[in-house]
Amino acid sequence: MDNLGRDSAVLRPSSWRGAVLLRSEYPDASPICGGTDLMVDINFARARPSGLLDLTSVQGIDSWELTDGGRTVRIGAGVSFTTIIEKLSGVCPALAQAARTVGSPQIRNRGTVAGNLATASPAGDSHPVLMACWARVEVESVRGPRLIDIDDFFVGPKRSALAPDELIRAVLIPAATGAQQFAKVGPRNAMVIATTSFALNLDVAGRRVGTGIGSAGPTPLRARAAEQMLEEAMADRWDEPGTVDESLARRFGALVAEAASPIDDVRGSAEYRRHALAVLGRRCLTWALADLSREAAA
Amino acid sequence: MRVNVTVNGVAHSVDHVWALESLLDFLRERVGLRGTKNACEQGECGSCSVHVDGVLVCSCLVAAGQVEGCSVVTVEGLASDGELHPVQRAFVDAGAVQCGFCTPGMIVAAHSLLSGNPDPDDLTVREELSGNLCRCTGYQKILDAVHLAAERAGAAP
Ligand SMILES: Cc1cc2nc3c(=O)[nH]c(=O)nc-3n(C[C@H](O)[C@H](O)[C@H](O)COP(=O)(O)OP(=O)(O)OC[C@H]3O[C@@H](n4cnc5c(N)ncnc54)[C@H](O)[C@@H]3O)c2cc1C
Ligand code: FES
Ligand code: FES
Repeated sequence: MDNLGRDSAVLRPSSWRGAVLLRSEYPDASPICGGTDLMVDINFARARPSGLLDLTSVQGIDSWELTDGGRTVRIGAGVSFTTIIEKLSGVCPALAQAARTVGSPQIRNRGTVAGNLATASPAGDSHPVLMACWARVEVESVRGPRLIDIDDFFVGPKRSALAPDELIRAVLIPAATGAQQFAKVGPRNAMVIATTSFALNLDVAGRRVGTGIGSAGPTPLRARAAEQMLEEAMADRWDEPGTVDESLARRFGALVAEAASPIDDVRGSAEYRRHALAVLGRRCLTWALADLSREAAA
Repeated sequence: MRVNVTVNGVAHSVDHVWALESLLDFLRERVGLRGTKNACEQGECGSCSVHVDGVLVCSCLVAAGQVEGCSVVTVEGLASDGELHPVQRAFVDAGAVQCGFCTPGMIVAAHSLLSGNPDPDDLTVREELSGNLCRCTGYQKILDAVHLAAERAGAAP
């Protein structure tokens, strides 16, 4: 079978440079990391790449590090959701929360944020968090490396700004400096694709509010008006958030719901999604402010 | 394509593996180990669960070529010297097996859970086995089996 050429094989580069070169040399071979999206398509004959470019063989791809004087977490493309839960819940609390809701232990042991990004499903659970944290995606091709702002990454359902010859090397996420929350609605507790989801990042050091909405539009969305309103409301209370203000939380939830552009589909109606987002927005803010107050008091 | 892999402690070198072949098909059709079951091929049911280098995975979602040089343990690799593994024994004793189709995957997943957490509470067991579906038992006996295995391991000297 080897006479079919290396295209029909599983290419297993040991170095990142090797992976980037192979991506260009064998454009019809599909990159694979955890395989939890790609193998389903292969098993059901929806995808028939000429071969696979396995990134799990790249040395160091499954490691993460703090860079930028401890202010940024760089998560390699091969880092599993399980590792994120076990090792990164302190620096990336909302990402760890989202990772906990992905599939099952088996899926979390293999699935990666990079694969989640490359698939670019509107329901990808890491996406709202990456939006809320102003993440950047480190990609590279033979033409060179570049950083893509998360706001520019998603261009449509299952479509991203990743060029055909590019690979995702890592995701850069500012380390949390305040409180973060992620919440997801689905028909049961485990193994569910989100009906809708929401992530909130209260960045105390940057005096900024970040948000991300999942499964309620063609791409993950940012609730800009909600961010602005909350930044104004927080302007004089970042360091002493005080008690949770019920009417503020409601206004915030309403603005989150307004930012969504959901559709009716098998997982839920547009109306339900909007309603759920108002609730998730309100709850996430309530929880996050309570966390901040606890920290301020401690 | 050739794949070199250790399965249940035995080295295998298999030629003519298809690039898009799953580890599940590889184990069943090339290595001849049919304990690992195929039900959904989409990661939903867990009946194909195996360990790859000690990590619990759905073998239907791993490409065979990705396990080059790895050590795979299937349900057949748990028993030793003709003695059931304590987790297997607990499944039998607790009556956690009906049609038996989900059982190999359940046992591999339960084994993985107990090796990381020797005394899990009910919620943890439910959470950790959430990737394994059973059409027959209603799960209660399976929870009982995991607790039984944990108890016996705790009681053992
Ligand atoms: C049963 C089940 C439950 C699931 N539940 C959830 C869930 O709750 N939430 C959720 O968000 N997702 C879920 N998923 C989807 C999937 O697990 C995630 O999208 C996961 O993040 C994919 O990562 P992976 O490494 O397995 O990707 P892979 O399957 O390896 O790859 C996915 C795609 O990305 C490309 N790719 C992978 N890595 C790179 C890279 N470094 N550079 C460029 N392209 C790359 C591949 O070519 C492929 O097109 C579930 C899947 C299954 C089977
Ligand atoms: S056959 Fe692999 S999870 Fe169902
Ligand atoms: S015993 Fe029949 S599916 Fe579980």
